[in-house]
Amino acid sequence: MSLLLKNLKIVNHDKILENTNILIEKSHIKAVTGESPEAKEIIDLSGFYAVPGLIDMHVHFRDPGLEYKEDIFSGSKAAVAGGVTTCLPMANTKPVNDNSAITKYMIDKSKQCGLIDLYPVGAITKGMKGEELTEMGDMLEAGAIAFSDDGLPVMNSEVMRRALEYIKTFDSFIISHSEDKHLAGKGVIHDGKVATITGLKGIPAEAEEIMIIRDILLAKLTKSRIHIAHVSTRGSLKLIKWAKEEGINVTCEAAPHHFTFDENSLLEYNTNYKMNPPLREPEDVKAIIDGLKSGLIDTIATDHAPHHIDEKFVEFDLAAFGITGLQTLIPLTLKLVKENKLTWQDFVRLTSYTPSKILNLSDRGEIKEGKLADITIIDPVYTYIFDEKTNKSKSVNNPLFGKELTGIAKLTIKNGKIVHKI
Amino acid sequence: MREKEILNAHEIDGIVTRLSFQIIEKCQDLSNMKLVGIKRRGATLADRIAKKINEFKKTEVDVGYLDITLYRDDLSEISDFPQILGTEINFDVKNKNIILVDDVIYTGRTVRAAMDAITDLGRPKKIIFTALIDRGHRELPIQPDFTGKYVPTSLDEKINVYLKELDLKDSVSIEKMK
Amino acid sequence: MAYVRKDLVGLKDLSKDEILFILDQAEKFKEINQRDVKKVPTLKGKTIVNLFFEPSTRTRTSFEIAGKRLSADTINFTSSSSSTTKGETLIDTVKNIESMNSDIFVVRHAFSGSVKFIAENTKAAVVNAGDGTNEHPTQALLDLLTIKEHKKKLEGLNVAIIGDITHSRVARSNIWAMKKIGINIKLFGPKTMLPKETAPFDSYIAKNLEDAVEDCDVIMMLRIQKERMSSVLLPSDREYAKFFGLNKNKLKKAKKDAIIMHPGPINRGVELSSELADCTQSVILDQVENGVAARMAVLYILSNNI
Repeated sequence: MSLLLKNLKIVNHDKILENTNILIEKSHIKAVTGESPEAKEIIDLSGFYAVPGLIDMHVHFRDPGLEYKEDIFSGSKAAVAGGVTTCLPMANTKPVNDNSAITKYMIDKSKQCGLIDLYPVGAITKGMKGEELTEMGDMLEAGAIAFSDDGLPVMNSEVMRRALEYIKTFDSFIISHSEDKHLAGKGVIHDGKVATITGLKGIPAEAEEIMIIRDILLAKLTKSRIHIAHVSTRGSLKLIKWAKEEGINVTCEAAPHHFTFDENSLLEYNTNYKMNPPLREPEDVKAIIDGLKSGLIDTIATDHAPHHIDEKFVEFDLAAFGITGLQTLIPLTLKLVKENKLTWQDFVRLTSYTPSKILNLSDRGEIKEGKLADITIIDPVYTYIFDEKTNKSKSVNNPLFGKELTGIAKLTIKNGKIVHKI
Repeated sequence: MREKEILNAHEIDGIVTRLSFQIIEKCQDLSNMKLVGIKRRGATLADRIAKKINEFKKTEVDVGYLDITLYRDDLSEISDFPQILGTEINFDVKNKNIILVDDVIYTGRTVRAAMDAITDLGRPKKIIFTALIDRGHRELPIQPDFTGKYVPTSLDEKINVYLKELDLKDSVSIEKMK
Repeated sequence: MAYVRKDLVGLKDLSKDEILFILDQAEKFKEINQRDVKKVPTLKGKTIVNLFFEPSTRTRTSFEIAGKRLSADTINFTSSSSSTTKGETLIDTVKNIESMNSDIFVVRHAFSGSVKFIAENTKAAVVNAGDGTNEHPTQALLDLLTIKEHKKKLEGLNVAIIGDITHSRVARSNIWAMKKIGINIKLFGPKTMLPKETAPFDSYIAKNLEDAVEDCDVIMMLRIQKERMSSVLLPSDREYAKFFGLNKNKLKKAKKDAIIMHPGPINRGVELSSELADCTQSVILDQVENGVAARMAVLYILSNNI
């Protein structure tokens, strides 16, 4: 079993190789070469880009319990269609992923599906209630990779402190969905000009920033590792910059919707733009793009949050928070490359190289001899409508659904096998 | 020329004079008589009739203006938005002889609406209707008590009434529509 | 000059001409309400459904009277805003009533934007009778009608709007309309009741009540909606009355002929002292009267566009 991918622009975080071939043997990369070794199957991919299989550190697959929104099969299909080969599903399933049995269920189902690698994020506290710690060691053994009470942040600082301390034993880390629930209150959009205009209740930027600085300080106190999920404000970035300068062990991610849209999208009360954290101000969008470029933001993660149409086709206040993201990750990030705000190398650094470092997955994140053959072939100029045919998720809660997109995963290879092609 | 004048200023004035005399003759008790013009050109004509009556009989006759838009039964068939002009009748119509004035009588629907509108204001003793032009084609059993001029028309023709107060000239013309 | 939209969702999106047109038509309807027989046959055979997902006796009554005076059949449907996900959705409810061939929906709802949501999903014409903290367009129209009646003009007037600006749909509708018309606005209220970003209002934010009412032609006091706020916004009624309520002494700063408005119901002694509520400068009952004419005009205009 060998496969030769020919005439590619191969992008790694540090350089681009023009007109190069990749030889895959079984599940691994055998060679990255200008020559044309023999192979059982040869695919000519002139003009396309090869990037390491994308690693999405933040998805919601709703499985177990909420399969009407998404399940591990449909989520995985959406992932590979979006060029993503490794996913971290969050713990807010039903029941919550707060024990090894659920973790194992997720991993087994994913293996059965066989499209991507799934590394579940376990809950920090039992039932995500913010009170008692979960059996993190046991869940890690079962295949979990990190811990978060995503969506229901641990409000009790003592609990968060102990979680950060406890996780050090196992060399894992905590992912913080940073939101002061009291300050956010019943807010549904960013507390800014558009909240004034629309009469919709606002969530101040400070609701996020207060919790970020708390978690940074707790990481400092415990000398533990914290990863800040979906950073959305310029103030948050200042705090993270300070923490990094202080040598505190903090990393962070940004979601494509936060560097693509701003609060002005909400003037028409479209519930597909309702998400948490909310879309912020144009200045925040700019700060996030700058942070992606400078490396202050470590990774791009989609926060892929599928919801059923019935949960979005309701009054704005009652609509669910969230947007699907796996299949818009490439087009939205490439848009920044086309606008010269990022380079192709930045793209790879943010979507696979740095995530592999954060997750200690040394077998991926680069297209290099000996690495796993997780490879995404991108056609950056392909233009198409993101419609029912293209969409692989069970849900369509994305304002770009039905719209024209440019850039797509033409071919996704996972462990040397083609798992998606158009 | 599509549009042909059928009455000039002088002729209109003569007709208004005649109509005024007919009204005086019909209503012996001018104190119990009120003029009500249908907006907009009927209202202008009502003012002119009131002026004539004042000249001949030295009596001030009350004039009211009626907007019948809210009483029409053909609102949905009107292309332009049927804007409300407002009814301005500052007297009690109860037990009065009401002289209803309009420029043109055609299907009769406007007059029917006007009678409904007046009776909603109170129960008059009598309503007398006078029109400057009767162009025929009635769709309701309504006839004017006094007519200025009877003008036979076909359905693809239009009667244009111009009055100085609104249109800078006095003239009535007939126009062929496409 | 006309109004060709299917709905009246808010004044924010209307042009100055559209607003002035509705006001002009509303003035014409006032005469009908003075008659012995307060009824015209215009909307005979039309069905108007008052869809109230939030309780409101006054607005509903005013719309009901307006509809009846136009000879429409008016039906009241009352429900709760919070009946959700499981069971019938808002649009299910609307489609249901629409199927009975309703022509106009008058909608009150507790959530901002939900009347727009309904308007986009029904063939019927929709009038916003208040959606959350967003808009209450007919209230602003009746306010403008009342102001115009007393001041004989709108453009160039100085208006103070005082109270809970953040949570007031009355304030928002008035602000959007007044800015378009060219009225100068001063806003004042406890800082807990002003939005974080006041720039979109393009209005002067007063330092205190005296500053707010100084040289004003119109003073509009907003109702303190106790049910809509948590106790952290205000310490007490007493404190509110002291710093944010209007009384005879504070009124002296305004123009001598300034009028006092309030969307009702008044919390006497809180927003407004009783002597002011009942004084000759108070036009509160005129507002209520004009509400019927304004709503008749809106129903009439929309019925022509169905």
